[in-house]
Amino acid sequence: MAERELMYREALREAIDEEMARDPTVFIIGEGIAERGGSYKVTEGLLAKYGPGRVRDTPIAEAGMIGVGVGAAIAGARPIVEILYVDFAMLGMDMIVNQAAKFRLMTGGEGRVPFVMRTQGGTGGGVAAQHSQSLEALFYHIPGLRVVMPSTPSDAKGLLKYALRQPDPVMFLEHKHLYMTRGMVPDGEHIIEFGKGDIKRAGTDVTVIAWSNMVPRTLEAAEELSLQGISVEVIDPRTLVPLDRAMILASVSRTRRCVIVQEANRRGGVASDICSIILAEAFWELDAPVEIVAGLDIPVPFNLALEKASVPQKDDIIAAVRRALHESPVARAAG
Amino acid sequence: MNEGKPIQNAPSREILEKIFRTAYKIRVFETEGIKLYRQGLIRGYFHPYLGQEGIAAGVCAALREGDFIASTHRGHGHCIAWGASIRKMVAELLQKETGYCKGYGGSMHIADISSGNLGANGIVGAGTPLGVGAALASQVRGSDAVTVTFSTDGASNNGTFLESLNLAAIWNLNFILVIENNGYAVSTRIDESTRDTDLYKRGIAIGVESHQVDGNDPLEVHRVTMQAVKTCRAGKGPVLIEAKTYRHMGHHVNDPGKYMPEEELAHYKARDPVDRARAALKEMAGFSDAEIGAIEAEAAAEFADAVEFSVRSPEVTAESFAAFAQGY
Repeated sequence: MAERELMYREALREAIDEEMARDPTVFIIGEGIAERGGSYKVTEGLLAKYGPGRVRDTPIAEAGMIGVGVGAAIAGARPIVEILYVDFAMLGMDMIVNQAAKFRLMTGGEGRVPFVMRTQGGTGGGVAAQHSQSLEALFYHIPGLRVVMPSTPSDAKGLLKYALRQPDPVMFLEHKHLYMTRGMVPDGEHIIEFGKGDIKRAGTDVTVIAWSNMVPRTLEAAEELSLQGISVEVIDPRTLVPLDRAMILASVSRTRRCVIVQEANRRGGVASDICSIILAEAFWELDAPVEIVAGLDIPVPFNLALEKASVPQKDDIIAAVRRALHESPVARAAG
Repeated sequence: MNEGKPIQNAPSREILEKIFRTAYKIRVFETEGIKLYRQGLIRGYFHPYLGQEGIAAGVCAALREGDFIASTHRGHGHCIAWGASIRKMVAELLQKETGYCKGYGGSMHIADISSGNLGANGIVGAGTPLGVGAALASQVRGSDAVTVTFSTDGASNNGTFLESLNLAAIWNLNFILVIENNGYAVSTRIDESTRDTDLYKRGIAIGVESHQVDGNDPLEVHRVTMQAVKTCRAGKGPVLIEAKTYRHMGHHVNDPGKYMPEEELAHYKARDPVDRARAALKEMAGFSDAEIGAIEAEAAAEFADAVEFSVRSPEVTAESFAAFAQGY
């Protein structure tokens, strides 16, 4: 199929545009998203095309806007609520955790909540502790939510289109560093189902699992390691809930070594849970302990050197891969 | 009362009957439900709507098919006034598969999306943004449906009250916020939780048409709601209605409500909304005692039938639960 190069933010815009054109119940609300086109320019042009009824600016009232999004979804529309920073979504946690996530069960399966919250997280450029968090583990923990973290323009578009067609509340977590990155996106109807990971680079010596902005960083590490003769397989689950366990377990069983990389701080993180799944399902396939590379268990500092030190860098990933390789019984015997 | 003179815009015979029938049905549901609770047939939380029946009955009689309601933890009355099946409600309280939520939700979570009932809610204040959301969905779809959120004095001190009513205001949504001001947030008196106890003024402060009514007067509630619905359907919403009322007992079945002063309770009991709806039906529509007795007997029989139905009903099986859990 033909494809074009797009920026991550353009791919997101295409997804919203196409779904708004297809389904008149899709609409988007958020701070500065209409006339201004959003802080990251994702919604640029949509106001002119779809009008003020379906592209609305909101006051700074996250609990209210997330709540009305959830209510609109319960009532059968398909709202997208854009929250400027995932940090600000904390103001709407009741609506996400107690309302959106639980409605389906509380109604015995009758009620569905096709609500999409688009937001972005992660470190980048010294925006300090309240604008830099990676909070996917909070949502991952709550049954009833879908957690999506695309790393490429193609995935961003395909997953957002799918999010706007499936029936459950979606935490669509973008990364502030990725909006300007470029990648090839297939032409035509491009939809990516949830729960299907993607092998971003095939390899044979070690499996590295990473998502969001840690994917490009891991790919850089893999490239460097390949020059030293180490073949790294990079797996991007793309959606953390549902998680493509089958792809992860198959890859780990093949390479027998695994490193998990997350930008979020380590304690209680998604990496730890993926690690526990691997240990429960594939322990006897492993030749080395599973390595986790994660952010430090502190809030993100402003100082740029400290910010960098608080989240995984390429060299941290390379070091972890080396540990995973050298810890194998074979390597030990050879040593 | 009207001293025999014709009343302007007096509600029709049908509406008067509907309001009494609804209020009485709620009275039976709560009174009999409490008995089932005491027998151990109903478990968990049960927040009776006793004393507030006139609000749900008056409001819902002003709505039509296609509209939406959102409710509170004290939600049985709203559900019944919306026309819910008593069988499915009782079955839900008895944890049965035949209940509205198959026993997954219980008293605080009865919802019926197919009829526009967005549901009761265990989180105080949550129904307001959800209701505003439904009103927003209606506007996006070009529908003139109205959404009513039943809320409470307690919820009015929650941040979502301002955030979501403000959103409804800037977007002129077909949204009516009914604050049932029963004077207590669980056990905390309203004058301990806010300086100005006239909650309707908060709507005025943000440019929302706001009214205060005697919530124990079902006809007055109905009249003001009719106006509010008209205002909304003309695209001039939202509207806030503060309905002053009082609980007939504590916060929930196991709260004796000892903090409620006897004279205050007596004052409101003397203005019982069910009695007033009954009196209106007799005086304004000429219903006889026998006709009223028949309505009451019907409500009692419907509840008894619902209990029998529910007791006979099965609970969700482990297999069915396992299949349901797969979706998560």
